[in-house]
Amino acid sequence: MAVVGVLALQGSYNEHMAALRRIGVRGVEVRKPEQLQGLDSLIIPGGESTTMAKLANYHNLFPALREFVGAGKPVWGTCAGLIFLANKAVGQKSGGQELIGGLDCTVHRNFFGSQLQSFETELSVPMLAEKEGGNNTCRGVFIRAPAILDVGSDVEVLADCPVPADRPSITISSGEGVEEEVYSKDTVIVAVKQGNILATAFHPELTSDSRWHRFFLDMDKESHTKAFSALSLSSSSRDVQDGSKNRMANNCGHYYRHLKM
Amino acid sequence: MASDGTGVVTVYGSGTNNGAALLEPSAHKSATFSVKVGLAQMLRGGVIMDVVTPEQARIAEEAGACAVMALERVPADIRAQGGVARMSDPGLIRDIKRAVTIPVMAKARIGHFVEAQILEAIGVDYVDESEVLTLADDAHHINKHNFRVPFVCGCRDLGEALRRIREGAAMIRTKGEAGTGNVVEAVRHVRSVMGDVRALRNMDDDEVFSYAKRIAAPYDLVMQTKQLGRLPVVQFAAGGVATPADAALMMQLGCDGVFVGSGIFKSGDPARRARAIVQAVTHYSDPKILAEVSSGLGEAMVGINLSDPKIHVERFAARSE
Repeated sequence: MAVVGVLALQGSYNEHMAALRRIGVRGVEVRKPEQLQGLDSLIIPGGESTTMAKLANYHNLFPALREFVGAGKPVWGTCAGLIFLANKAVGQKSGGQELIGGLDCTVHRNFFGSQLQSFETELSVPMLAEKEGGNNTCRGVFIRAPAILDVGSDVEVLADCPVPADRPSITISSGEGVEEEVYSKDTVIVAVKQGNILATAFHPELTSDSRWHRFFLDMDKESHTKAFSALSLSSSSRDVQDGSKNRMANNCGHYYRHLKM
Repeated sequence: MASDGTGVVTVYGSGTNNGAALLEPSAHKSATFSVKVGLAQMLRGGVIMDVVTPEQARIAEEAGACAVMALERVPADIRAQGGVARMSDPGLIRDIKRAVTIPVMAKARIGHFVEAQILEAIGVDYVDESEVLTLADDAHHINKHNFRVPFVCGCRDLGEALRRIREGAAMIRTKGEAGTGNVVEAVRHVRSVMGDVRALRNMDDDEVFSYAKRIAAPYDLVMQTKQLGRLPVVQFAAGGVATPADAALMMQLGCDGVFVGSGIFKSGDPARRARAIVQAVTHYSDPKILAEVSSGLGEAMVGINLSDPKIHVERFAARSE
């Protein structure tokens, strides 16, 4: 079975570990570069991005993380994790922080404003429902959340969110701060996938909805299509474990897909 | 103890299982209790440091603190100088807020909801309704549901923790004994909460009614704690943590993170000690790294022996119930 690493420097890593446990997958806490060895995929959780970057620097984790992403192994960043994975981050107060990169997009670090503007909302996620079952929406918890301003051509947009009316207007300084444009669209991107990189601006790990974790693990499987027989075994055993949660009824498409594999 | 699979708060849900009591489902909603709890969850595995100047705040941020507590005086000085301790100058808190990107907390007196309103108005990220300041109301705490800003409150045992959560606290810390550099009270309080939760988990459902009455806590929160196997909000250690080993001890006892008050800026080499404590909290179960970061830190804060019969030490923890 796939071994999923969870970067455990600071933040909501325990919540990710618990979400993995709920769907019967073993998670491994990662705090040092050598602990990335032997992992099939990695989750970078939410937390204080400044703090996480400092801690990653103490242990010289950035080169190892870049190598991991570069090797094409599945990586999922939530909130602060999304910022780490972005090729470009704007909206930083001063100095800036080191990024891992790999995801062709521009992230605004504090798009939704301050602490007090944190919110929860229902997001429309037809793609997630199609792949993992359940209804067409999921609960998005946005905690001092970033948002994705624009994406490259290889990036698939999985979800966007209406821009809240009470959000303070932000100015995006593009380039070297010479020309400035104001973000004026009604919606903003909050979940994307590019190859084996998944990124969400919100926190699925803070909800009891496990579909994003399943979706991420299925990415892992798709990237291992060669180890074909072992995979269909593990995925079917997983579905049996989850059977009690009345997923089966509304979820035939998902189950069937595994059978076809 | 911390890693047995119970160390998780999930108060959100799609209307399924846990946390139903606290769930307020709707379209776009900010400042719900679950959002406030989520905010505090982002601090997990982190260290929150007391600072009295913007310079100290920058040292703390540079060392990897996940938040700072902006104060006029650290608890050790409040203890030494006596008198009435109140909310800090909002101007100072603003200056500290401008100096860092990490969240900034500030203390309000217990029951002093106007101090809390002022702190909310200047945009602090969390309010600590703290027994370290002099009480403003000796019977009532602030009704924290009236605020958009999340609150953190102290506790000594499970009943006290759940009373604060019912009043709207989105984060709990042990009271410990602030400004002493002595971890014994914090250990007592965290052991008390964890022990109570363990006993509660094994309790028959029929016994929970009378147990809730005994610890003077709301039944629904007691039941939720039983189901989660932990407090329904993030729980930090505070009050007497002075060394990396103290911090790691609190983590191994099952806390989600650590407040360090006087311990850092009352020591010989604050920047170094701050960084060492941050690393100790991340690597709390790795004695080799703990040994490494504990080496050559210079002098720790002096500390107070709480069981010394020759001195009288006021117990801040006993100021409120």
